Amino acid sequence: MAKFLRYLIILAVFGALVFWYLTRPQQAGSALFEGLQGAPERGENVFWAGGCASCHAAPGAKEDARLVLAGGYRMISPFGTFVAPNISPSAEGLAGWNVQDLANALLHGTSPEGRHYYPAFPYGTYQHMEAQDIVDLKAFMDTLPPSDVANTPHEVGFPFTVTRGIGLWKLLNLSPDWVLEDADTPELARGRYLVEALGHCAECHTPRDMTGGLDHSQWMTGAPNPSGKGRIPGISPDKLDWSATDIAYYLETGLTPDYDSAGGQMVSVIANMGHLSKEDRSAIATYLKALP
Amino acid sequence: MKLTFPLIGGLLVAGLISTVAISQNSIDPGHAKAIDARQSHMRLNSFNLGLLGGMAKGEIDYNADAATAAAENLVALSRMDESRYWLPGTDMETLGKEQTEALAKIWADDSEIGERMKTMTETSAAMAAAAGGGIESLRGAMGPLGKACGGCHEDYRTSDD
Repeated sequence: MAKFLRYLIILAVFGALVFWYLTRPQQAGSALFEGLQGAPERGENVFWAGGCASCHAAPGAKEDARLVLAGGYRMISPFGTFVAPNISPSAEGLAGWNVQDLANALLHGTSPEGRHYYPAFPYGTYQHMEAQDIVDLKAFMDTLPPSDVANTPHEVGFPFTVTRGIGLWKLLNLSPDWVLEDADTPELARGRYLVEALGHCAECHTPRDMTGGLDHSQWMTGAPNPSGKGRIPGISPDKLDWSATDIAYYLETGLTPDYDSAGGQMVSVIANMGHLSKEDRSAIATYLKALP
Repeated sequence: MKLTFPLIGGLLVAGLISTVAISQNSIDPGHAKAIDARQSHMRLNSFNLGLLGGMAKGEIDYNADAATAAAENLVALSRMDESRYWLPGTDMETLGKEQTEALAKIWADDSEIGERMKTMTETSAAMAAAAGGGIESLRGAMGPLGKACGGCHEDYRTSDD
């Protein structure tokens, strides 16, 4: 009996070690950025395509004020309310971060102190970003105006306060694979990159499973609004019968094929998309039309 | 005689349903007319925008005169006195989403609806000036105009998205 108990304890300790190892915050290899030079003008495109301002600009900010990344947007979810932090180049924000820090955050959801970020920060999308885009984004963000607005803590309760659990969440929900496996034209591949690596459309338009991970089998088919009010519409071809031109035009102007206009959170998304090139907006439309 | 029970039951249910139906529709006729009028106004906006958007997308052949006329309609619409459409109490929170999607904060003290409407007039006027100057000129004015529509709908109309 004592022998069995000892065996059990060893097994439990071993299990805990494996859990500890598997759920540790990961970091990007520094070799990834060797020889890469950041260009702010390219980084601006990454910034708008990634939709950073939609959460990190102060709520209600318009036009140029959307470049002041003071944070404060409140994201309501079943797991608690997350408050977007200040990511402007200031002491309250990202002053002192190097490219490596930004890459750890985007690719692995890991903070400079080596902690897990909550997946309200969509690193499940950004993990697909190319190293050059990260270097360019860093160069652009360094040019933005600093804000000294203090960060507000997230409002989450136990057990979600135990951030080690996020390591488990990442194990369950992060996949390095593309959802749309075949992208055989350059335009479609570009669209896939814009949607699956930067735009994070799926974070709202795809339903989530019990753990809060995206259900890839129902990609872009619409989802309940996490705030509890209403439903976010499906944008897969079976749910949205707009032509590719209609979709690209909507992303540019916010006008639907019936000449109604976007409302709610899509207005902020369109304010980002309006900064992209016509080709990039068309590529996003091509991607959406190519979904099953 | 056997039928009496189901008959009374059926009548009761029918009465209940019609009462509910009537009470759902029991909106002040003045309010109903105001909502109808503002929705008609929105449809006129949409109809005129539709011509400009169709040309911008390449679905309708570009015609400088028709485009300018549509843009001038938008300017005229944006300058109309709408105060009698937007009666206090005709909001979604009071009347329900079936009647209107207009949110009560339109009428709040800190409402920015007036400024947003000014943007609508400015961007429409910019379109009226641009629309006759060729298709590229029209396309350039379309983005700001579309955003002016979204400028109100983002905060003042209920939305599932």
